[in-house]
Amino acid sequence: MLIVNDEPLAYEPGMTVADVLKKRNYVWRMLGVFIDGEFVPRGTYAKASVPDGAVVKVIHQIAGG
Amino acid sequence: MSVTYDYKVRTTYTESVPALRAAHKRILQVPFTASLPVKGYTKRTLFIDLDTMMVKEKPITDEMIDIFTGGRGFGLYYLWQAITPQTKWNDPENAIIISPGPIAGNPQYAGSGKSLVVTLSPMTGIPIDCNVGGYFGPLLKFCGFDALEIRGKAKADVVVIIDGPAGLITIEEAPEETSDSHIAAELFTHMYAADQKDFQNVSVVSAGKAAESAWMGCLNFSWYDPKRGAVRLKQAGRGGTGTVFRDKKLKALVIRGPKMGANLNNADDLPAVIKVGKIINQEIHDHDDEQCRMRRQGTAHLVETMDAYDLLPVHNFQYGKHVDTPKIDSTVWDKRFTQAVPDRCWYGCGLACSKAADGHHVRTGPYRGDIVTVDGPEYENVGGLASNCGLFDPDWLLEVNFYCDTYGIDTISYGTACAFVMECWEKGILNAERTGGLDLTWGNGESEVEMLHQMWRGEGFGVLVGKGVRHMQRLFIKNGWGDPQFIMDIGMQIKGLEISQYMSKESLAQQGGYALANKGPQHDEAWLIFMDMVNNQIPTFADKAEALHYFPLFRTWFGLQGLCKLPWNDIEPPDNHEKYPGPEAAKVPAHVDNYLALYTGITGKPLDRKSLIEQSESVYNFQRVFNLRMGQGTRAFDMPPYRAMGPVTVAEYESRAERYDKQLKEIVGIDPEGKSTEEKMALHRTWRTDRYNQLVDAVYARRGWTPNGIPTMATLKKFKIDFPDVVSLVTPHLG
Repeated sequence: MLIVNDEPLAYEPGMTVADVLKKRNYVWRMLGVFIDGEFVPRGTYAKASVPDGAVVKVIHQIAGG
Repeated sequence: MSVTYDYKVRTTYTESVPALRAAHKRILQVPFTASLPVKGYTKRTLFIDLDTMMVKEKPITDEMIDIFTGGRGFGLYYLWQAITPQTKWNDPENAIIISPGPIAGNPQYAGSGKSLVVTLSPMTGIPIDCNVGGYFGPLLKFCGFDALEIRGKAKADVVVIIDGPAGLITIEEAPEETSDSHIAAELFTHMYAADQKDFQNVSVVSAGKAAESAWMGCLNFSWYDPKRGAVRLKQAGRGGTGTVFRDKKLKALVIRGPKMGANLNNADDLPAVIKVGKIINQEIHDHDDEQCRMRRQGTAHLVETMDAYDLLPVHNFQYGKHVDTPKIDSTVWDKRFTQAVPDRCWYGCGLACSKAADGHHVRTGPYRGDIVTVDGPEYENVGGLASNCGLFDPDWLLEVNFYCDTYGIDTISYGTACAFVMECWEKGILNAERTGGLDLTWGNGESEVEMLHQMWRGEGFGVLVGKGVRHMQRLFIKNGWGDPQFIMDIGMQIKGLEISQYMSKESLAQQGGYALANKGPQHDEAWLIFMDMVNNQIPTFADKAEALHYFPLFRTWFGLQGLCKLPWNDIEPPDNHEKYPGPEAAKVPAHVDNYLALYTGITGKPLDRKSLIEQSESVYNFQRVFNLRMGQGTRAFDMPPYRAMGPVTVAEYESRAERYDKQLKEIVGIDPEGKSTEEKMALHRTWRTDRYNQLVDAVYARRGWTPNGIPTMATLKKFKIDFPDVVSLVTPHLG
C-alpha cells in the first residue's frame, strides 16, 4: 500500500512514479514529487521506482488562475 | 483535411478614415508638457472632466505613493475622492481611473506592461479593479502621467487624444465611427499615428456598442502587432468598466507616446533590472515547453487539466468534466492559434501568451462574412463561453469570443450568465415565451451569439442577460418563475459579479478565495484549488486562512505595480520544489526575490518580503473599507451561492455519489447508508455551510478584521489608512 497525498493507493510490484501519476490521473505538468521526503527530479518519473509502503507527495504547482 | 489560416489576411476597415476624421469636431485642445518618469513615477495625474470639458493636472504626493503605491492603489484613492456613498455607477461623478504603476513599462522583466482600471461597478455597486495589458498604460506614463482620471459625461460621443510627442490633449466629437472595438481600435490607430512606423506608439481604449445596454461591458486596450499588421486587443474585463465608459459617451481614448526605449522609466539601477529580467526570460526559454506552454497555447493550456481534476465548469458549474472536452482543449488551440509570431502584449515579455486565432470567418451579425483575428480564446473563455454552456464547438466559441470582445462584453460574466439562463431553460424557469423565442438548450451557440447581437441592438432577452445574474435572479423571483431558493442557489454570482470559471465545490479555500475577494469572485485574488484540494497542503482552518491572507495580498501587489501575474507562477525554476518543500513552494520564492530586486532596481526603494505584503495591505484594507462606505463590505456580502459550495440538485449529488457519501461517513461522521439522496444533500449543506462560516471566522481574524468583516482600528493604523473620514466611517461598526 502507498499513501499518495494522504490517500491510500494499492501498491503494484515495479511501480514507478509515472505509474502512480497515471493511477491518480495527475496529468498536470508542473509537479513536485517526493518519495518518503526525497525529491524526484522531473524527467525521471518513468524510471523512478516507488517502494511498497512509501509515502508519496505529489505537489501540484499553482499556475493559471 | 487540415485548414491553414494566413495570419496576415483579415478584413480591414481603414478606407474611410479620412471621411470619418473630417466629421470630427474639435471641442478642446490644450498643451501639456510631456515628461518621462523618474524611478518609475512621473508624480502627475491627468484629470479630465467631461461635464465641463476641463483638463487639468493633479500632483501625486509622496504620501500617496507611500500608502497607495500606484495602479489599483491610485485608482481607489481617486475614486474615493470622486464619489459619495450615494453615488451610482451612472452618476456623472463616477470616475474611471487608469493607472499603470511604477514598474509598468519596463521591457526587461516579463509581464511588465499592465495598467489598472478602477471605477464604481454597475454590476456590484462597489469599486471594481481590472488588470489589463495592451500599451495604453505604459504609454500614458511615458507621456507624463501616473494616472488618468475621467469624470463627467460628454453631451455627444467623444474621443480623447493624448499626444505626448506633440504635447497636446485634444477632445473631439466623433459622430460616425462605430465603437465596436475591432474596428474602432484600428481606425483610431490609423487616424492618430503619424505614419505606419508610429502605429506601435499608439494605443486605443474602447468599448463596443453592446456595452451601452449591458452592465457587464468591458474595455478593450489595444496594441499594434507588427508581424500581423494588426491592431490587437486586451480586455479590462470585469465589473462593467466598458459600461461606465460608454455611459460617459467616451468612444475612445487614444494615446500616442514616444518611441519605446530600454529605460524610459529611468530606473534607479538598470543593470539590476536587466539582471533579473535575464533570469526570468532564460527560465521561460528553457522550461515553458515542459511546463505550461504559454508561448504556444496561452492559458488555454489549462482546459484538459481542469477537466481531468473535475474543475472545468460544465452546465452552469453542475459538473467538473465532460466527455467532449477534447473538442475544445489545448490540442485544438495549439493548432488553431497562429504559431509563427510572438504574441506578447508588451515589449520584452518572453511568455508571449496573447495567442490569437487568425482567419475566423464571421458567421453572424453585422460583421458576417468578414475575416477577423480573434484574440484568444483564453482559458476563461473556453470554460465560460463553451463548456459551462455545454458548447463544444471551437468555431462557435470563436464566434462568441469575437463578438464579446468587439461588442465590449466581459467573457467571464457573459459565460456564467449564459450558463445560468441555460440551466433555467433546462429546469423550466425559462421558456420560449419568456426568452422571446430563443432556444437556450445547452450548447446552442447560435443563441449564445444572438443574445450578444440583441445587446448590441439594445433589444430582446439578451439585454436582460447583459445585466447579469443577480439582476435576472431578482426579476425571475419577482415574476414567480421558479423556486426562489433554487434560483439563488444556482446563480453563480457573489456581490453581483459572476464567478469565474473554476469549480470550487471541493475546495473550501477557493470558496473563500472567490467570496472574500474585495471586488467580487475573480480568480486573480486567489487560486488555491491545487494547494487545498489536490495537494492537501492547507488542511486546517488556520492553514487556509494563512493562504487567504498571503496570496490575495501578494497578487494585489501586481496590480499596484503594473505587473502581470502569469510570469510569477506559470513558469517556475525547475528546482523550486526541491529548494522549498512544502507550501512555501507555492509562493515561488525565487520569483518573489526577482520582484523585490525589480522594484528596488526601478524605484530605488528597499523592499523585503514582509514589506511587499504590507504595501498591498494598505490598499486591500482601504478597498474593504470602501465597500463598507458603499453600504456593503460586511460578512453578509461574503457568502457564496450554494452551487459554489456543494451539490444543489439530485443529479449533481448522484453524479459524484461515491465522493459525497465518503465525505459524510469519514469527515462528517454520519453513515449515509439507507438515507435518501435528498437527506444526504441536506446533511452536506449543513456541514459545508458550517465549515465555510468557520473559514470566514479564521480569515477575518488573520486579516485583522472583526467577526463582521470590518478592519479594526489597529489594522487601519498599522497600514496608515486611519484617515479621519475612514475612522469616522468605520468606528460605528466596531461596537
